Parts: sequence; C-alpha cells; structure tokens
Amino acid sequence: MALPNKPQGELLAVTDPEIVEMEVDALIVGGGMAACGTAFEIKKWAPEDMKILLVDKAALERSGAVAQGLSAINTYVGENPIKDYVKMVRNDLMGVVREDLIYDCGRHVDESVKLFEEWGLPIWKRNEEGETMDGAKPAPTLREGGTPVRTGKWQIMINGESYKCIVAEPAKTALGDDNILERVFIVKLLLDKNKPNQIAGAAGFSTRENKVYVIKCKTACVACGGAVNIFRPRSTGEGKGRAWYPIWNAGSTYTMCAQVGATLTMMENRFTPSRFKDGYGPVGAWFLLFKAKVSNGLGEFYAGGDAAKEELQKYMPYGASPVTPTCLRNHLMLNELKAGRGPIFMATDVALNAFLEEKRAAGMDEKSLKKFWKHLESEAWEDFLDMSVGQAGLWAGMNVEPEKVGSEIMPTEPYMLGSHSGCCGIWCSGPDEDWVPDVQNDSRAHKYKWGYNRMTTVDGLFTAGDGVGASGHKFSSGSHAEGRICAKQMVKFCRDNPDFTPELKQTPQELADEIYAPVKRFYEFQGASTAVDINPNYIKPSGLMMRLMKATDEYGGGVATYYMTSGKLLNMCLDLLELLREDSEKMAAGDLHGLMRCWENYHRIWCVETHIRHMEFRKESRYPGFYYRSDFPGIDDENWKCFVNSTFDPETKEWKCEKVDVVNMIETEPWI
Amino acid sequence: MPTYVDPSKCDGCKGGDKTACMYICPNDLMVLNKETMLAYNQEPDGCWECYSCVKICPQGAIFCRHYDDIVPLGGQVHPMRSADSIMWTVKFRNGNMKRFKFPVRTTAEGAANAYVGERGASLDDEALLLEGELPTP
Repeated sequence: MALPNKPQGELLAVTDPEIVEMEVDALIVGGGMAACGTAFEIKKWAPEDMKILLVDKAALERSGAVAQGLSAINTYVGENPIKDYVKMVRNDLMGVVREDLIYDCGRHVDESVKLFEEWGLPIWKRNEEGETMDGAKPAPTLREGGTPVRTGKWQIMINGESYKCIVAEPAKTALGDDNILERVFIVKLLLDKNKPNQIAGAAGFSTRENKVYVIKCKTACVACGGAVNIFRPRSTGEGKGRAWYPIWNAGSTYTMCAQVGATLTMMENRFTPSRFKDGYGPVGAWFLLFKAKVSNGLGEFYAGGDAAKEELQKYMPYGASPVTPTCLRNHLMLNELKAGRGPIFMATDVALNAFLEEKRAAGMDEKSLKKFWKHLESEAWEDFLDMSVGQAGLWAGMNVEPEKVGSEIMPTEPYMLGSHSGCCGIWCSGPDEDWVPDVQNDSRAHKYKWGYNRMTTVDGLFTAGDGVGASGHKFSSGSHAEGRICAKQMVKFCRDNPDFTPELKQTPQELADEIYAPVKRFYEFQGASTAVDINPNYIKPSGLMMRLMKATDEYGGGVATYYMTSGKLLNMCLDLLELLREDSEKMAAGDLHGLMRCWENYHRIWCVETHIRHMEFRKESRYPGFYYRSDFPGIDDENWKCFVNSTFDPETKEWKCEKVDVVNMIETEPWI
Repeated sequence: MPTYVDPSKCDGCKGGDKTACMYICPNDLMVLNKETMLAYNQEPDGCWECYSCVKICPQGAIFCRHYDDIVPLGGQVHPMRSADSIMWTVKFRNGNMKRFKFPVRTTAEGAANAYVGERGASLDDEALLLEGELPTP
C-alpha cells in the first residue's frame, strides 16, 4: 500500500477555502512602480466616498521589478525636447511604436522623478567643478535646478537601494493600510454579466491563509509586470533564480487582460538583454558612465569596426542612429559569437584606468589620485550592489575585481515586457486630445483613442508600466507616471458611469472551485504514489514550467538556437503549447506556495502562446538580435512596418491577429 | 540556497504575527517552520538574491551562499542597512575584502509627503497633481 504523501510547504492548503466577497469602485492589481503611482495619485481625484483597493501578490515595500533597488533612473527628460525622447524610443524599437503614448509619458515622467527626490531618493549631482557627488550631499534638488549626473541623454544616476521602499511609502499613506491587501494573488479578471465588454471584478487567493477573494469593481488597473521564466534560462540549477528581470513576474498582466478580451499589441516583441554573464549585472553604467568597450575573443573592438558599420547599413534608417538600437547591438554580438569569435568581453579595467590616467595627465597629485580612485571604485561597485547583488556575489566567488580585470558579456534568455527596451503589451487608448491621431475605424483595435487615456479595449480596464504595449523605454519612472495617468482616468470613468453596478457571471463558489482545483487534485490523487512529486494523475508546477521552457527554447527561438526560429518551428511550438495547456489542468498543489506556482504557470503558458502566435503572424525579422525567422530573415518595412494586434474573444474562444497602421506624429525627416 | 538562515541567530521573530523575512520576500520563498521556530528558504532555485530578507532581518540571521551552479564557494556579499545608509562587505574567495557605504535615503522613514488632502483641479484635462499646462507635439 502506498504511503500517504505530505504536501511540501509550511502553509498547507485545504480543499474548501473560505470565500471573501468584496465590492469596491476602483481596484488596483499589482504593487510595483506603476501600481504605486496609481495608489499615490488616485485619492487626489476621487470623491470622498469612492472605495479603492490595491491587491499585491507580495509586500508593497519590496514588490515589482524595483524590489532590489536600482542604480539609475533611465527616463528623465529634463533639458531635452520631448520629441527627441519619442525619436529615440521609436528608433530603438525599430519604427513600430505608439508615438502618442511615448510623448505622453515624456511629458509626465519628470514630475514623478521630482517626487521621488522629495520623498527621499538620493539623486547624484554634479558640483560646480563637474565632479559627481552622491545624492546625500547637500546640493540643489531637481526642482531647484540641480544638475543630475547624466550617463546617457536620458539616464540619471541615483543611490537607489531603497528606491522601492521610498516610492511605496507615500503610496501606502495615500491609500491607507485598510485599503491594501498584500499577499493576495489575483489570477482572473471578471467581465460584467449584463454590460458587454465591461470589467466587473477580479478573483484570487491569499498565499497566507486559505481564502479566495472575489472582488467586484467598476474599474480596474492591472499592472503586475512582464514575464520571466518563459524561455529556458542559461542557468538551470540554482542560478535559474538569477533571472535578469524579476523572477516573480509571470505574465499575469498580459494573460489576465487578454482572457477578458483586451486587444494585445506587439506580443512578438521580446527583450533579450546582453548582460554580464551569469550574474546578469547591469551594463548601462559601464557603457555610458565609464565609457567601457566590448571586444571579441580576438581582442577586436568589433562594434566600431568596418564590418559592423557595413552590417548596420542593412537596417536603415534604424542602424544610422549614433546609439545603435538595442536589438542591433545584440545582432552584432551574436554575429561574433556564431562565427566562433567569442567570448565577448567588457574591458572594465581599461575603462576605469583611463579615468585615472586622464587625471594623472592633468597633473593630479598622488594623494588626490588615490582618493579619486577610491571614489571611482565605489561608484562602480555601487552599480551592482544597488540592483544586482548576485553579480557582486559572482565576482567575489571568482576573485574578479572589475578595476583589475574585464568580464564576459552574454545575451540572456528572452523576456517579455513593455517598459524596458521592449514593447509587448496591451493596446491602449492615448490621451483624449486633438493631437492624438483620430483613426476612423469601428474597432478599437485600430484606433488610437477612445475617451480614457491608458484604457484597454475593455471598458473600465486600465493598465500601466509593462502592461502598455508599443511604448517601451518608460523604465521605473515612466511606469510610475503611467500609473498616475491611470489613476485620474479611473476616477473619470467612475464619474461618467454613475449608474453602472457590477454583476458577475460566475458565482463565488464556482470561482473558488476553479482557483483551488490544483489543491483538490492533489488531495484526491496523492495516495497513488509513494513519492509526492511523481504521480500518474498530476504534475507539479516546477515540472510543467520546465516543459514550457524547453518548448519555447527549442522551437520558439531561445538560446538553444541563437534565437533562430521559423514558421515551421513556431507552429510546432504552438502544438506543444496546446498539449501543455491541456495538461496544465492536471497541475497539483498541496500548499499555498505551490498553488501560487500553478497559477503563475497558467499565466505563463497563455502569455507565451500569444508571443509565438504573433511571431508566426509577422512574416519578417523586425528585431534582429532579439529573434530571427530563418524563412523571413530581413526587415520588410514595405509590408510589415505595422503593429500586430491580437484579440481573444472570451465568448467564442477564438483568436484574431491583424495588422494595424502606424501613424507618425513626430517628424520623420530627419528620422533621428 | 541562495539565502540561508543561521539557526544560531534566527529567533523566528519571537513568534510574532509577522516573520520579517516571510513578510518581505517578493517571491514568497522565506517561511517559518513552526515546530523549530526557525525560518528557511523553501525554494532556493527561485531566489533572485534580491537581499530583501537579508536587509530586513532584525537578528542579522540571513546570509547568501551564492548560486552553486555559477559561483565558486568562499565569496560572500553582506549588507548592514540603517535608515539612511547601507554598508556592504564584499569578501572574496581569496580572502580579500572590500567595504562600501552608500546613502539610501535623505528623509526620515515615514516622512515622504503623500500630499494627503490635496486635490487635483479638473478631471477633464490630462494634468496630474502638481502639474501645470502640458505641452503638446
């Protein structure tokens, strides 16, 4: 007779969870930069009696992509014209972007950054001698005209270890602790029973108690980040945890919105960052602040060579930018690796010593030189200690001191996101202003505005940050600003729809049964095997995730094939995903942590399926260096300089993929 | 591991209603074993090494043993965080040490102005709190 199996985990699940029903006006799903922006802003517009609730899978103080900290704010427009920001984003994302959304982000983002500084975030400044000072030194604030330390044109340096704690604090204060639910994972959005295409609520569960939450709302902002662990990572052991993007982002934003019919855009876009190998530490400051160069295995600085220039000529006008688009930088690196001219090395030592030599040549005395070196070394290490401690840990274990020896750079596994150098996400309305293109079409999937800024194609459903598609390069600050934009619009939506009372299609019990299905399965079948992880009737979430990542890696253009795929391979991938989706209903969990992992997997599978479907639809290789289609290897601006939008019909369960026109609002001559 | 708990230092947050590491971990990894009253990392290969638990632990009981499939043993990076700064100690495999101190916050904890009670002007334009007239292209 089989031995009884015990579920792993400290917080065991039961088969009949308590059901908590709530009703609010505005629901905020997520707890990262965008959601904190919404939480801060919404009370400034909401009537006194408006009920608002924020629900976060983690704890607001350290949730989202900025949980660990950051060493820079990558979007601060400052002295630059906003149109130049639009041009930069447009070129980096190969021409297919929503310029209205980007411009709009550009005109709000600085206010968020000034608030961060006011709240206590230390922002580096330059003194009158042009030297860099950390953000705690007395200096005029940005509001007072202080000079931030620019690395690139758009980035400013910060002492950002506590960035997220600082941003979360006023978000919490503004909303009030009673209006925040932490450790509750929203897994499904719910449509209204009577009014078509109208959001009416959401359902999820606590990861601390056996409770299912069914929350009715008139409007919702869903901002829970991008998607990680969707392609097989380069490290498959413990190092799998050292994902470049936050490992807890499971594509929930895209999946939950798509499932209620929100149109998605540019889901074929992905981000494949090139980072320090294995530790995935940031390279931005090394490139921009310390002016470091990368060489191939032959010691050649290939990116500045004639072969690279010639290669970039194939991708005009994008390749002509003084800052080569991120995907094309990857493309040049991949060409070196594929030709056997690896490894790619960043000469961190050369870069830092060049600063020292410059000071020495300018006549700096030895004592001052020593002090300067200490300062420089400290700045270099802070870049990692603020935001990627794992990289510092790797160097400590490898005896690597970056001021003495260079380090290897490697393109990572792909990620899906909409706020960094990627632009997949949800198709949203732009601002309701005259300058936003007024496209005449019956379908919102082709229009640029329909009354409420950042509202998805579903009434009352908003998104921000990684959620908003076709408008990358928002980063932390732009995501916060976008969350603030949503806040005001959600209040406006409620004001304009005073008679709407949400009613759900499903009963709370039906929702609880669906959400707790993996628990029921576990307890039903656990006796069929002597080992808790191997059972003919169920699979554990960790195994299912590995199967997903194997399929995408091998067929969907992962690291296994140097990001190469084809129509044939993509269709095979879709077949595998269909089987996977069927089997996902056989996932089992005996504890609350495991139940969370099951639902993250449901989200991942859906999210990746949209990615593969979009890549299959787009018959070109728009982002060389992020992924390639061997059957359509080049960029085809004539046929494919367009958005790919897709919509899932919640009634018929059918997908529709379509081309949508790109309208330029900012001059295209000159392009950059 | 990546983060691990030193049993000689962990006090299970004295059985309070909030175990600090469990409260803060963004990936729901840190849990309290109620029999031993000691916390542990329940899913080491899901650890981002974000150090949220290390920084918050009131007993200084949590450390990182860096990813075993990537990092040779012997090195360790460990912080001490206060309300306004953080001190990092980087210990290399070969015994070398480096120390760095960085500011983390310029205001007192709890002092961030949430602008409670402030109201925006008109719901029918795009300006957010504190913003004046917005530019257009």
